[in-house]
Amino acid sequence: MIAKEIEIKTESVEMNTDIKHRKRIGKLFLILIIIATLIGLVMLTVLLVDIAVKGADWLSPQLFTNYHSRKPEKAGMKSAIVGSIIVMGLTGLFSFPIGVGAALYLEEYAEKNLLTRFINININNLAGVPSIVYGMLGLVVFGRMFGAFSADSWLVTTFNLPIGETALGGLEFDLFGLSFLHLKFPFGRSLLAGALTMTLLILPVVIISSREAIRAVPNSIRLASYGLGATKWQTISRQVLPIAMPGILTGIILALSRAIGETAPLIIMGAFTYVPFLPESVWDQFTVMPIQIYNWITLPQEDYRIHLAAAGILVLLAVLLSFNAIAVFVRKKLEIKW
Amino acid sequence: MKTRKRTRFYSEKFISAILFACGIFSVLITIGIIFSLFSEAVQFFLRPEVSLLKFFTGTTWRPLASKVSPDNFGVLPLITGTVMIALISASIAVPLGLGSAIFLSEYASERLRSVLKPLTEILAGIPSVVYGYFAISFITPLIQTIFETWLGIDVSFFNALSASIVLAVMIIPTVASISEDAIRSVPQSLRAGAYSLGATRFEVITKVILPAALSGILAAFILAISRAVGETMAVTIAAGATPRVTFNPLESVQTMTAFIVQVSFGDAPSGSINGQSIFAVGATLFLMTFIMNVISDLIMNKFREVYE
Repeated sequence: MIAKEIEIKTESVEMNTDIKHRKRIGKLFLILIIIATLIGLVMLTVLLVDIAVKGADWLSPQLFTNYHSRKPEKAGMKSAIVGSIIVMGLTGLFSFPIGVGAALYLEEYAEKNLLTRFINININNLAGVPSIVYGMLGLVVFGRMFGAFSADSWLVTTFNLPIGETALGGLEFDLFGLSFLHLKFPFGRSLLAGALTMTLLILPVVIISSREAIRAVPNSIRLASYGLGATKWQTISRQVLPIAMPGILTGIILALSRAIGETAPLIIMGAFTYVPFLPESVWDQFTVMPIQIYNWITLPQEDYRIHLAAAGILVLLAVLLSFNAIAVFVRKKLEIKW
Repeated sequence: MKTRKRTRFYSEKFISAILFACGIFSVLITIGIIFSLFSEAVQFFLRPEVSLLKFFTGTTWRPLASKVSPDNFGVLPLITGTVMIALISASIAVPLGLGSAIFLSEYASERLRSVLKPLTEILAGIPSVVYGYFAISFITPLIQTIFETWLGIDVSFFNALSASIVLAVMIIPTVASISEDAIRSVPQSLRAGAYSLGATRFEVITKVILPAALSGILAAFILAISRAVGETMAVTIAAGATPRVTFNPLESVQTMTAFIVQVSFGDAPSGSINGQSIFAVGATLFLMTFIMNVISDLIMNKFREVYE
């Protein structure tokens, strides 16, 4: 009897020290995961400070007014900034209708069948394809157009097309004889080819975010519109789209802000590293900010490699930040709360 | 009245056809990717200077060498370089991302979470060329100081470790957000059950929540590797351009993506062996990431089913 009591007592004492020990381990764990959470933020701070310290002195108006130069103190990224702006503008212009159209189809029209499921899986998979692969796609489809306009291609020999003299061949003409509708096939290493490549790259993200915005429109709005005798498209164009628009725009702006930092697809597609002029049409050669920065990073002189590159990055980050600020503004100002 | 109704009917049909075309467009992109990568890759393998077997088993990658022979087209150095960097960065990013996911979902107050989470997510929004810069301007000198000055181990300026570290930082938000989803999908009743049995918070997390969320965490790990494999600019800048089979992260290597960039800058004409070799490498890269994404998707769908 007594022995048993003692046994119970010792056991409970053991439990007591045990709980302290267990709690101590718990505290240690908490400290570890707080550190894990903070490491990312510390890295972010170090990165920003490192770039700011190395680039701040080189941040000058010349970055915006000069082209790349052999003298670091005179070098700028004018053509890259303009190139980035035009590529992003065109990309937004192309991806908006296709992305919203696809989102509308999937949310409002598509039936729940095998095809719809396949499209959904496909879009999710596309979002996970490395960006460099899109560059290769753009190169083949837009840059070269599968070689369909080279001298020995089936298309050219069959229709006897008047192609160019160079190895690549290529077809140039004014559509309807209008000089502003000047067309070139293939698109080559032009702004247009770059923008179309970027469009394919961001399209999955645009579709996914537009769908979320359209799905957030309450069904009662649709029903009320149908009740008043509106057709499906009238309901969508006059009720659903205006309500979903802030969400759609936010998604596109955020997608563009990711695209503006993308370097690899445009390098593969054939963007240039040195462009000492501003583009005059969408058929011109171009470069973009991240490619210009990459070019500076690879140069041997420290002024380019360390300082000018950092100054360029500061400009790029400022553009990125303002894109995100616009997105937040659009969402906050225009969003309708239910 | 009747004709108006009819035109309205046809315009409705017309619009739905256009929207359907937009919806099907994404499928065309996939077909385009597969067709453009593989048609060029097939042409590459049909060349007499290349052999499919030696491509996947050869350990020498010297496509730019003056002597063009199958022995110079072994892709293994690029694959080992890529896989080493991806594995190192995933093994750094997963503990950090998982730790931060546990903290944010189990410990942090809603207010703290609403501040910390967007801040962490900035890491994923910074362009990879910026990470590349950060790697050679800050991380590499730091590695050199630690290994060369303090430990006396040789480090090359372009090295896999530096690239892996910045890649890890870049993919932390991805890992954290998938892990957090997995942790949050563990039902509250399991937590309550464990607490009522007298378990401490640490024990609930390590013995109940993490095992229950294990498949989600595995999915995050695979996706992290896939992201790292497909990443381009940071590894191109930081890891160098020396294709070789090595498992020493302090040496310079070349990844598949870095090779593609290198050739693209070299202006390889279309139809040349180099111009085609990037498509063979690109197709390999695409297949690797595709398989990993599908596996990670399957795992994630499975754990969603278990608790729904």
